[in-house]
Amino acid sequence: MGMTMSQKILAAHAGLERVEPGQLIMANLDMVLGNDITTPVAINEFEKHDFDKVFHKDKISIVLDHFTPNKDIKAATQSKQCRCFAKDQAITNFYDVGQMGVEHSLLPEKGIVTCGDLVIGADSHTCTYGALGAFSTGVGSTDMAAGMATGRAWFKVPSAIKFNLTGKLNKDISGKDVILHIISKIGVDGALYRSMEFVGDGIQNLTMDDRFCIANMAIEAGAKNGIFPVDEQTLAYVEGRGERTPAIFTADEDAVYDEVYDIDLASIEHTVAFPHLPENGKTPSEWGDIVIDQVYIGSCTNGRYSDMEVAANILKGRHIAENIRCIVIPATQQIYKDCIKNGLVDIFIDAGCIFSTPTCGPCLGGHMGILAEGERCVGTSNRNFVGRMGHPKSEVYLASPQVAAASAIAGKLATPESVKGE
Amino acid sequence: MIAQGTVHKYGDNVDTDVIIPARHLNTQDEKELASHCMEDIDADFVHKVKAGDIMVGQANFGCGSSREHAPIAIKASGISCVIASSFARIFYRNAINIGLAIIESPEAAKEIKDGDLVKVDFDKGIIVNESQNKEYTFPPFPEFIQKIISSNGYLNAIKEGKFND
Repeated sequence: MGMTMSQKILAAHAGLERVEPGQLIMANLDMVLGNDITTPVAINEFEKHDFDKVFHKDKISIVLDHFTPNKDIKAATQSKQCRCFAKDQAITNFYDVGQMGVEHSLLPEKGIVTCGDLVIGADSHTCTYGALGAFSTGVGSTDMAAGMATGRAWFKVPSAIKFNLTGKLNKDISGKDVILHIISKIGVDGALYRSMEFVGDGIQNLTMDDRFCIANMAIEAGAKNGIFPVDEQTLAYVEGRGERTPAIFTADEDAVYDEVYDIDLASIEHTVAFPHLPENGKTPSEWGDIVIDQVYIGSCTNGRYSDMEVAANILKGRHIAENIRCIVIPATQQIYKDCIKNGLVDIFIDAGCIFSTPTCGPCLGGHMGILAEGERCVGTSNRNFVGRMGHPKSEVYLASPQVAAASAIAGKLATPESVKGE
Repeated sequence: MIAQGTVHKYGDNVDTDVIIPARHLNTQDEKELASHCMEDIDADFVHKVKAGDIMVGQANFGCGSSREHAPIAIKASGISCVIASSFARIFYRNAINIGLAIIESPEAAKEIKDGDLVKVDFDKGIIVNESQNKEYTFPPFPEFIQKIISSNGYLNAIKEGKFND
């Protein structure tokens, strides 16, 4: 019986010739990640258990991105704790305000993670790096502490679901629509404990940003990881981004999958997940009249340059509807600079949006766009749980940047086609 | 080990944002986290929970964020054990890593009612619903995970050299 991509990466990092689904293994890590919320808990555990030194100063990343620039004194205290620890331990990949970006956009951009890596991160969206053909998965702070101390983590080897993607996406349909479509199909626990392996001829028609977005939301289907094969686009992306050497793992011909889904990319429509689960995907004919209060364009799911660009193309020369707040947050400093250089910031501000320094802020109801009781937000983020962006009686609609920008203009949930030429 | 207490029952997909909303993640203090546990879906929970009580959920319990604050808040609120038909994987490993007892039992999760008195015998692998006079069995954890549980947490197990080979 052959192995999947995920199983091969795990086997290689555990020093085993092969692994079986369900097997519990200890594996060596290429990168251990934490942010300003999860790292303090990990530091406490690290110190409480008398670990002195981290296993490798270059293989740990600490990114202060969630409640930063700090929203209150307690958050500032947590950032300070991370800062002191990073300094004491001489952590190479420590990113403070000024250098930081939303972690899952920042690490690939900087070349800190690469193809074939085994990565754990104390953040559930660590699965994003599967777009690079890496096995990366979210864990908690205790796993982060153990990873920092020993360079290892325990894993239950997952079985996998295969998604065979064919064809090409239609105009203004993006990776976000693909993953919302898939989660609607299989449910928020449809891939529980398992890998989502994306393969097929259609992959070549997906940009790296589409792939990052799709892998990012694998966790919203309960998956342990989401992973794409490495192709020319992947290698072109990682080239020149750092000193890491990419490693390519390919699934065996006779790899076993629990289930196989065939998905024709051309059949995918604009998909929006209605409150309060990412599996509540609806296409335009099912939307009805959803009047909104806020639009949020950003996050580790859709805060990349191409997301900014498609939103700006829709907002160019237009103005957002009355009584709408539109919050645009590029994921990294590089993206922020590119938005300035290419005139996107002017477009956003002229349209009535705000354009902020990178932060995860509003996605998790941290700061920079909290919702009041009864308010509705169309967000390009990844979760629409009860109270996710603020009041327990507020609502979040998950959408692509195209739909988010169009909705800002219309003042209600809208497709980009419907606001053209108005 | 025995857990015994009154059941607080919830539905499918209890996510970490409702177990402990992100607005409270600016602290690591267990008691403070516990004081906000479940507040967005059950504001009374923190007032009625007693030490030793048992939480019951349905499918995909603990889905969402990787925040370890979620099992920490549940444990610090006094809950001795969480029974669900299935757990989201990060919550599952976080609970084991910090020493919060969890049991997957679809049958028990479905049939146990809010307010029932339930006793769990971990050594025998038995859940007894004393209110309904029903018993459910559950399989023991794999040896690998038992090493973590018997050390009362993953880092203790590492320190004790249980994963040296």
